[in-house]
Amino acid sequence: MAPHSGSGANPLRDPADRRLPRIAGPSGLVIFGVTGDLSRKKLMPAVYDLANRGLLPPGFSLVGFARREWAHEDFAQEVHDAVKEHSRTPFREEVWQQLVQGMRFVQGTFDDDDAFERLRDTIDELDKAQGTGGNFAFYLSVPPRSFPVVIQQLKKHGLADQEKGSWRRAVIEKPFGHDLKSAEDLNKVVHEVFAADQVFRIDHYLGKETVQNILALRFANTMFEPIWNRSFVDHVQITMAEDIGIGGRAGYYDGIGAARDVIQNHLLQLMALTAMEEPSSFSADALAAEKEKVLGAVRLPKDLGKNTVRGQYAEGWQGGEKAVGYLQEDGIDPQSKTDTYAAIKVEVDNRRWAGVPFYLRTGKRLGRRVTEIAVVFQRAPHSPFDQTATEELGQNAIVFRVQPDEGVTVRFGSKVPGTSMEIRDVSMDFAYGESFTESSPEAYERLILDVLLGDSNLFPRTEEVELSWKILDPIEQYWDKHGKPAQYQSGTWGPVEADEMLAREGRSWRRP
Amino acid sequence: MKIDLTDTTASKINKGLVKARRAIGTPAVGMVLTLVVVTDEENAYDALKAANDASREHPSRTLVVIKRVSRSPRDRTQSRLDAEVRVGTDAGSGETVVLRLYGEVSDHAQSVVLPLLLPDAPVVVWWSVDAPRDPANDPLGALSQRRVTDSYAAEKPVDELRSRAESYEPGDTDLAWARITPWRSMLAAALDQVDCEIVSVEVAGEESNPSVELLAMWLADRLHVHVRRAVSAGPGLTQVRLETTGGPITLHRSDGAMATLALPGQPDRAVALKRRETSELLAEELRRLDPDDTYASALRFGVDRLGGIQSAAERAEAAAQPVPALPVRAVTEPAATGVQPTSSESGNSDRPTPAKMPPVKKADPQ
Repeated sequence: MAPHSGSGANPLRDPADRRLPRIAGPSGLVIFGVTGDLSRKKLMPAVYDLANRGLLPPGFSLVGFARREWAHEDFAQEVHDAVKEHSRTPFREEVWQQLVQGMRFVQGTFDDDDAFERLRDTIDELDKAQGTGGNFAFYLSVPPRSFPVVIQQLKKHGLADQEKGSWRRAVIEKPFGHDLKSAEDLNKVVHEVFAADQVFRIDHYLGKETVQNILALRFANTMFEPIWNRSFVDHVQITMAEDIGIGGRAGYYDGIGAARDVIQNHLLQLMALTAMEEPSSFSADALAAEKEKVLGAVRLPKDLGKNTVRGQYAEGWQGGEKAVGYLQEDGIDPQSKTDTYAAIKVEVDNRRWAGVPFYLRTGKRLGRRVTEIAVVFQRAPHSPFDQTATEELGQNAIVFRVQPDEGVTVRFGSKVPGTSMEIRDVSMDFAYGESFTESSPEAYERLILDVLLGDSNLFPRTEEVELSWKILDPIEQYWDKHGKPAQYQSGTWGPVEADEMLAREGRSWRRP
Repeated sequence: MKIDLTDTTASKINKGLVKARRAIGTPAVGMVLTLVVVTDEENAYDALKAANDASREHPSRTLVVIKRVSRSPRDRTQSRLDAEVRVGTDAGSGETVVLRLYGEVSDHAQSVVLPLLLPDAPVVVWWSVDAPRDPANDPLGALSQRRVTDSYAAEKPVDELRSRAESYEPGDTDLAWARITPWRSMLAAALDQVDCEIVSVEVAGEESNPSVELLAMWLADRLHVHVRRAVSAGPGLTQVRLETTGGPITLHRSDGAMATLALPGQPDRAVALKRRETSELLAEELRRLDPDDTYASALRFGVDRLGGIQSAAERAEAAAQPVPALPVRAVTEPAATGVQPTSSESGNSDRPTPAKMPPVKKADPQ
């Protein structure tokens, strides 16, 4: 039953044989909070898609844990429906038949000792029936306040213990706390039970192809890296915009806000990947070391009032639909000071980036749903063309389109056909093919597979999380004490204050 | 967008491509490779469909080369090139040019293809049928980094495998090999889970399916044990049985979709092993363009070193052939020496090499 070890490597595995996919070893996944939205829309379909691509081991088991009174069959039916509705790859009966054999459901609440005993029995039974070999990942898709309980229960019932040759891993989702202190507390709770290398923090942005492509583009090529510094780059804009409001998440969102929800994790991670030095290898340790160096070098501007903006969406029209303002949403305190839009300016204090501002912005109910990183270059120091010729010439830029329509755009000036010399911006585009996005894997697929393989490249570590809070905490504290969020009309690109913030420095936001 | 060009040349086709792209308003194209599909009228539709589906994963310029058969001697002396340029929704996610070659020009397809290759991008040639004996030295094959054949489509697949082994050059690959990737990965995953020595192997599958031989050769090559090839009713591959010191490991599939994996001391498990569409196989081939050394190694192990009867019918047929001095093949001997230089002259005397074939000798598709 033990995984192949001892007497040498598996003779059928050969590093040169690149057709053979990385299949996870015998293992199972336990999802806490399996009735939630994330589980139905992302996790279950991702598990199915992995199985469909032949990347899950035979006997892979999926255990759901939730309060609902379900039999195993009800659970299987629920997964079936979720997969049919949300999976990326076509539904195939034989793949489903393979998966359904390893599906179990454990009913119970998080403080119910009996339920966790039943969970342990289920895992033992799966080891026997499905050959999972004691290897289980626990996916905590639960509200932050339930974290400590579940973690403690796992410890109490011996579920976190790794027997010889097997592994147990914990997968946790954001938010990783709501400030530095709570993040440290949370890390303490988690690390009391799971060692650092057993914990996988999911930031699903890092599972996206384009984000991984930042590293490929920067470090596998020669033409970008020489200009990737303060001598050529004017500034960097990182945007994550959503067109939706808070929907039904009032309870979670109010009091958290856009900056904590998005900037702390996604945007600072994207910034780290954009700004970091070349890692010595593509290993998890080397990557984390470089990201930590960048995050550690981040400096906030002295005058936070002038260099940060927060806003709340007001009533308006978004894409042809009438949208209510944030303060009018159900379950939101009309006096709420929670930000649904946040824009901040930071600098990276090192030799490569000194003096280059990084503008990070995120918001809900903006013009459209888009995430991108734009590296904007300085204007040519001297132009042989006269003023009128270059009137319409903007700044050169390289834009990573993270979502949707993943790809890279390069913007530069080109002569307009005709007799007079007139130069105008044009775009050169690399898209992952018109339909390629269909077949490139979902972020959760990649990340779940990585968890099962134990590959922690794409998961932020404790140190990164804490460094990110160190960057954001002073801003949140300043906001608590000063003023209140600016209002912006739904469906626009944020409050005018944000435009003014850049205009003061002679710059402007890109329209993504 | 579709442009028909009759009695044309490569430079006119290039102009047609530019024109078509302008017309649909997307002049910037991110195509990553040129796929040359060599086929005949009978298979053109299926091959093109597979190529278009595969292009969803690999945006490419697809050049379909169809050598047309002329029935009258007068037609055979004339030479003509017709082309159909498809851009936009008609062409998957790239561009497609269907080239129809009549008469003498069909011997010089490379002269048409060369000017139409994308600059700098890799070239893949796929012979959906009638692959040349020596793909790398074929005029079209010589243009490409990767040459994809399909020995399943051959009249005598086992002979085909022999000649593939003989003429192998880095960059050659075969769809029969791509077909067994799921089997190979499942077997490798199975061995991850047990810790024992493998004693012998039996691979069973339908007759004249070269994937069965390839899987057997791969196992023999990697495991260094006796591998026997057994014949079953199919469909495709049906069973792999590894005898080990800890008991047998079997992977059994009787319906071409669901397989059962049995490991010693462990419960049987169902695994999905569906036979895949050509487009999926092609997409897999296009994913990596570097030489497939594992394929080379398995192929060079040699069909003739496999144990078991390769094909009763084939043996009988071979024996009945009035060819003098049929070379002795170590059909049943596992310990035969290396790759048998089975002469393609005598062993396959019924099928001339394309080089020797008169330009339009192919049987009338009617």
